[in-house]
Amino acid sequence: MSEEILKVENLKTYFFTASGVSKAVDGVSYTLRKGEILGIVGESGSGKSVSANSVIRLLPKTGKVVDGTILFEGKDMRAISDKELRQIRGNDISVIFQDPMTSLDPVFKVGSQMIELIRTHNKVSKEEARKIAVENLALVGIPDPESRLNSYPHELSGGMCQRVMIAMAISCHPKFMIADEPTTALDVTVQAQVLSLLKDLQEKTNTAIMLITHNLGIVWKMCDTVMVMYAGKTVEFADMKELYKNPMHPYTWGLLDSIPKLSDEGKADLKTIPGVPPDLRLTGTCCNFYNRCPYATDICREQVPELVEVAPGHKVACHHQNGVESLERGKEAVSHE
Amino acid sequence: MVKTILRRFLQMIPVLFVVVTLVFILTRMIPGNPATAVLGPQATTEDIAKMEEKMGLNKSKLEQYGMYWNDILHGDFGTSYSYNKPVLDLLGERIPNTLALSLTSLVLAILIGVPIGVYSAVHQNTAFDYIVMSLAIVGISVPIFWFALMMILVLAVNLKWLPAMGIGDWSNGFWGYVQYMIMPVICLTLHPTATFARISRSSTLETINTDYIKALRSKGLSEPKLLWKHAFKNALPPIITVIGMQLAYCVTGAMLTETIFSWPGMGMLIVKAVTNRDYAMIQGTVVIVAIVFIVVNLLVDLAYMLVNPKVSYEGGQKS
Repeated sequence: MSEEILKVENLKTYFFTASGVSKAVDGVSYTLRKGEILGIVGESGSGKSVSANSVIRLLPKTGKVVDGTILFEGKDMRAISDKELRQIRGNDISVIFQDPMTSLDPVFKVGSQMIELIRTHNKVSKEEARKIAVENLALVGIPDPESRLNSYPHELSGGMCQRVMIAMAISCHPKFMIADEPTTALDVTVQAQVLSLLKDLQEKTNTAIMLITHNLGIVWKMCDTVMVMYAGKTVEFADMKELYKNPMHPYTWGLLDSIPKLSDEGKADLKTIPGVPPDLRLTGTCCNFYNRCPYATDICREQVPELVEVAPGHKVACHHQNGVESLERGKEAVSHE
Repeated sequence: MVKTILRRFLQMIPVLFVVVTLVFILTRMIPGNPATAVLGPQATTEDIAKMEEKMGLNKSKLEQYGMYWNDILHGDFGTSYSYNKPVLDLLGERIPNTLALSLTSLVLAILIGVPIGVYSAVHQNTAFDYIVMSLAIVGISVPIFWFALMMILVLAVNLKWLPAMGIGDWSNGFWGYVQYMIMPVICLTLHPTATFARISRSSTLETINTDYIKALRSKGLSEPKLLWKHAFKNALPPIITVIGMQLAYCVTGAMLTETIFSWPGMGMLIVKAVTNRDYAMIQGTVVIVAIVFIVVNLLVDLAYMLVNPKVSYEGGQKS
């Protein structure tokens, strides 16, 4: 087992708004090892992005990490100074955002943005930085990289922009990359290209990646470990294969069940999880999933389930994790085994 | 770029034609007879008729219009009857005075207003932000004539720190000139400073919360660099627009301020020309002002091209 690069323990990030405290992330724990790809899945508003952004303190003014530990290579990310943080951002940890078209500054050329980034973290001349930029653009498969440096972001397509973002992300050889729904804003065909590019780069450079997505198909293709989030909490964390083979949380079953299958006879309706996620200002007194869970009992209404390791490396937050056998009905629905 | 400038200059021609025509019609619509205005109420009918003939007012309006164009195309904007001097000479005397006042105020307004606005945006909803933005509202809404009179009352009449009106002379040294400028400049700076502060604040607020600023922050850029290099450059277009508008007003001169402080600039000239029914003077100044507005608009558009690569006036996509 290779060394841990990122360890997040019971992370809590709250948003202090006029209408109350929104517990966007309310108890998230995971570990990421060198060269591993961790997938974070969950529906919109489940706290995927916020938990990732908390790692490099990239939160809006109203958001605050209120509890928990974040250790990156043993360094406490909550305690380090702004200066140290700036040295880590973009250098050791880089981020790829959801919408590449709006993530590049529209009034500067691609080249000048890349060179600026490289020179922020490395003591190199403009010419050397330019050379590095060209190499990286070539690496992510941008044709004629030399002349692309002189393009403005609006002159590139979405897929090209995302390649530029990835080229920027890898230009300082980060140890850890956060890919926050990197393909959501792209065409389906381009999505596959960008993902295989990420996977290639990851294999070449042995960078750890945190891949945020709500597409379980992507997780299956890309990830080593998976964390399932629901309403700000980690509900299940396991190796990818283990999760698909032996999902333990009713929400995970629901997620796996909602993937459309080609084998489905006829045109049956897509399976969905009925109900809506809870108001994040009101969570924290019970299992957040109880109102949508077909197996909920009284204890689910009264107590918050702890995240418990049920098998080596497999953690679940469910009151019924020991009695899952009694919940066979749900497992039958999962036809991925 | 050169093509754009050329095309814009050609576009000036129809605009100027319309301006000249409109001004001609409007001045003829001002009630009162210029000949009477020159000669005074005691003038006899004969004198007035003679004067009208001298001024060309006995000819038909169409002929007058034709003569007017003929003169303009020969570079002659006519002779002011109230000053008995060619209009262009008068303008040449007055424009430097106006520019001294208005450009100083504009530069001050930019230097004070823009940084305050940007700072307020970064410190949104803090005490500084609330206080400055309240002051800005005061600055925008305070009536200039009242403010000017109050300044004269306090600083000139009561405290006797500054001269109440008129223009200084450089031969009396730096202070000899500048002391006359202080009050009018404060008056003229007030409104644009407040406007610049408000527009800079709202424009910067929009850009500092964008995805690309967040993305650049995630790459480890320092906050001053994020703000002044990236957010500010993106926030510039609306700021340039309001500065351009103020720049154009600089040349027309502040009629109110110049009149109150008896500052011999363009503003006072226009006000006097209208009260004296000085047709040639009104027409001349308005045409000059129109040209200045058109040129400033062109400059603003060119500035857009410099700050925003998406703006291209060549038509179509830039290759």
